[in-house]
Amino acid sequence: MGGMHGFGPVAPETDEPVFHHRWEGRVHALNLSSPTRGNIDAGRHRIERLPPADYLRMSYYEKWLARVELLLLEGGFVTAQELTTGRADPAAPKSTPVRPASQVTSALTGPYSYVRESDAPAFAVGDRVRALNLNPTGHTRLPRYVRGRVGVIERLHGAHVWPDAHAHGLGEDPHHLYGVAFSARELWGPDAPVRDSVRLDLWEPYLERA
Amino acid sequence: MAHDHHDHDHGHDHEQEPPSDIALRVKALESLLVEKGLVDPAALDAIVDHYEHKVGPRNGARVVAKAWTDPAYRARLMDDATAAIAELDFTGRQGEHMVAVENGPGVHNLVVCTLCSCYPWPVLGLPPVWYKSAPYRSRAVIDPRGVLAEFGTELPEDVEVRVWDSTAEVRYLVIPVRPAGTDGLDEAALADLVTRDGMIGTTRL
Repeated sequence: MGGMHGFGPVAPETDEPVFHHRWEGRVHALNLSSPTRGNIDAGRHRIERLPPADYLRMSYYEKWLARVELLLLEGGFVTAQELTTGRADPAAPKSTPVRPASQVTSALTGPYSYVRESDAPAFAVGDRVRALNLNPTGHTRLPRYVRGRVGVIERLHGAHVWPDAHAHGLGEDPHHLYGVAFSARELWGPDAPVRDSVRLDLWEPYLERA
Repeated sequence: MAHDHHDHDHGHDHEQEPPSDIALRVKALESLLVEKGLVDPAALDAIVDHYEHKVGPRNGARVVAKAWTDPAYRARLMDDATAAIAELDFTGRQGEHMVAVENGPGVHNLVVCTLCSCYPWPVLGLPPVWYKSAPYRSRAVIDPRGVLAEFGTELPEDVEVRVWDSTAEVRYLVIPVRPAGTDGLDEAALADLVTRDGMIGTTRL
């Protein structure tokens, strides 16, 4: 939603609790421990597939609740009837939790890397690149507001798991990831402050030499 | 994390209200998944405890204070923030690849995630509601100075604003300018001056 107007002012809250209701913490934990966890890109895409009006209306943890319910349904871990009644089908087999309490700390704090081996990067620091005007119907991490705009490569992050493939179960398909700087005027026009900029991390398939 | 929201034996008014529909729906989902053996209820308790008590902006404040007082650490942090932050044992989910960006007299950095709500959990904890809200996500990139003004942060025109939109698994930590008159303070006292919003970039210290 970068660059959209009309959502009103930002409303910071004093002394905000981590969770505003007990159920929010449980929803957070259910997302991180249910058998549907593990593919962060598929999880983000599941939220993006909510109907747009629902997406805008629902709170963050309402979206997380919808996500875990829908992923459990789509993954065949629960049936619609079980979700409605809250009771397990007596005929359903009993599983073993994929994330027992004994493994929580290591799962949450253990180092992990999205960097993968790949060919040499196509671009170098200082190169001018244009973000392609791509409009995939699936998941992407190329925000609409940079499509078609020209920026400068500032940083090479190495090849990272590519969400556009990974979200759809098409493997990690790693591609080089770059920190790209766009001037505010390039993105927003001549009224933007001349020195301001927006920097994004963009994968090689999103870019062409400019 | 001084605000222990869940110790509810002290009786707020809302405690007297019946549970909301959504609270009942979550309870039903949790009991279903436990009954099916898909989740371990003790794991849920441990995850909630982790995010309520073990991570939070105090972690990031320690990183900032160390960078202010230890030039060699600051150099390592700017060169490879993931490794430098791991020296303090702040690692894990949503902090797998860290980059530190430094404010200065002529530069101010602001972090957002326009696509969802990416945020560096190991150093800042879970994000506040406003960070995840449509007003912040939509406007931080197109009108950062207007957003900053809503936090009471007025920047001179000649200060360059750099907005970092967290589009990948790289997470950004803003290193604020060390406040004037703090020469005599040690690392722990300096860390007490560092705020969450200062490390997101919506305020200056």
